[in-house]
Amino acid sequence: MAKEVKFLQGNEAVCEGALYAGCTFYAGYPITPSTEVAEILAARLPKVGGRFVQMEDEIAAMAATLGGSIAGRKSLTATSGPGMSLKMENLGYGYLTEVPCVIVNVMRGGPSTGLPTGPGQSDIMQAKWGTHGDHPAVALTPSTVQEQLEETVRAFNISEKYRIPVILLTDEIIGHMREAVNMPEPGDLEVVDRKRPTCDPKDYLPYKPEADGVAPMADFGSGYRYHITGLNHLEDGFPSNDGKLAQADEIRQEKKITDHYDEIVVVDEMDTDDAEILVFAFGSTARSAKEAIKMARAEGIKVGLFRPLTIWPFPDKHLQKYKNKVKRIIVPEMNLGMAILEVKRVMEGTVPSIEGINQIDSEPITTITILNKIKEGK
Amino acid sequence: MAKTQIRLSGSGGQGMITAGIILAAGAAVFEGKKAIQSQSYGPEARGGASKAEVVISDEEIFYPKVMAPDVLVALTQEAAEKYSKDLVDGGILILDDLMVKEAPKGNWKIYTMPIIITAAEKVGKAMVANVVTLGALNEICGLVSTETLEKAVLSRVPKGTEELNKNAILAGIELAKACKAEGGCCCGK
Repeated sequence: MAKEVKFLQGNEAVCEGALYAGCTFYAGYPITPSTEVAEILAARLPKVGGRFVQMEDEIAAMAATLGGSIAGRKSLTATSGPGMSLKMENLGYGYLTEVPCVIVNVMRGGPSTGLPTGPGQSDIMQAKWGTHGDHPAVALTPSTVQEQLEETVRAFNISEKYRIPVILLTDEIIGHMREAVNMPEPGDLEVVDRKRPTCDPKDYLPYKPEADGVAPMADFGSGYRYHITGLNHLEDGFPSNDGKLAQADEIRQEKKITDHYDEIVVVDEMDTDDAEILVFAFGSTARSAKEAIKMARAEGIKVGLFRPLTIWPFPDKHLQKYKNKVKRIIVPEMNLGMAILEVKRVMEGTVPSIEGINQIDSEPITTITILNKIKEGK
Repeated sequence: MAKTQIRLSGSGGQGMITAGIILAAGAAVFEGKKAIQSQSYGPEARGGASKAEVVISDEEIFYPKVMAPDVLVALTQEAAEKYSKDLVDGGILILDDLMVKEAPKGNWKIYTMPIIITAAEKVGKAMVANVVTLGALNEICGLVSTETLEKAVLSRVPKGTEELNKNAILAGIELAKACKAEGGCCCGK
């Protein structure tokens, strides 16, 4: 049977994805260009037994999002640059306490209030390093409205499976544009729920990991009484000042993500088999890159697309295949050079030329700009 | 139809963005074409030049914005001047004759017609000027079938306004027909 086709805005598709994944709690503070997510979920969540709370600011919104998840609800918040900066302290709390939730960052120009209504891709590094301390990070970068929906579902799945806050790192262009979406029916997309304890409540240890590095998580109020703290803690959740244990625990947290690279990291590779030039592009910029590559191919230029849907953890393993193989890598991004630093780190001097296309003028990087760069070396 | 780039512009609050969404949704959902609607706006909620952009194509659309419009609709003087700069040579320019006193100059096919007056006086509500616009635009450019346009409009308007909006589409079609009958560019210079 033909799927229902809806014509959705990118932010609207995030809401559809969240509801599909079983999200029943949203806490946020509205900010352009993410506001539609709050607006739509304020109307939709109560109809599915969910709750919507507008908090006094983004700091409180992040705290409430974690609280909603600790109470057992799949929780979402959405924001943009300035709000993302405010969320950082509580996001760190979420990493240390291993609370699953999804944070949508619809990137705009910055820093500070910046260019509120225009697009940006300058929060790439913030998504990994924005809060202090060592911690794993997962961030996804959709390029189409369809992917806004599907990657939101995937963000929830990863967060639930590995007990980690996951960032959906999108931008104003994808967030605000409208495109046809094939609506998934129940069962079409995988939906993962967190592991919950089956032991007697008195034997429950909230941070005792199973073989996959992840501990079952009990809902607050379900009879499993346990302690949560932003201090490094023991398996029972109570604080410990033992540095050796803290180190071991943080390494375990890193490993629960890095050990599952193959399940978490998704990359779309197009025309890369014989490519001499690789274009590394994500989010809305990848749309222009794809078109430029098709045009260049029509002129006989051997160029391919490397489009990460998972930007964190960085797709090292996928990218390493092109070591000593491609002659050039072009990295177009709406910032002054962020993802390119990671590309250079991974390729370790095995590619003669790694070049950026950088633009922060509130306009998308066009197909022609990328095509011209591809042709430059010819 | 390979790829048509359309820009609908006016003042914030005139419904040009809604018109863009309706048109693109009609093409994508009811005719299975590829279509993208995007918009850009300033910080103001009302007033200020505002535009919606629609790209309709038989093939996949990558870059989502309009590079250079084939068609521009402008319901205010400010929008006409601001957004006609990159209208393609030989492109189509549709203007409202009440709000746009001076058509921008260029090698375009210009259709000037009483869109807002028709909505207010003939259809009975100035608010449906955007739907009158869609009727006229589609009659001139043949973007989707009239049936699709009607379905797309009715799927986006409040209950109880169906007749009003159907009349608005028809009024727009009539305006465009009259304009074309006068030689294709009734008032354009």
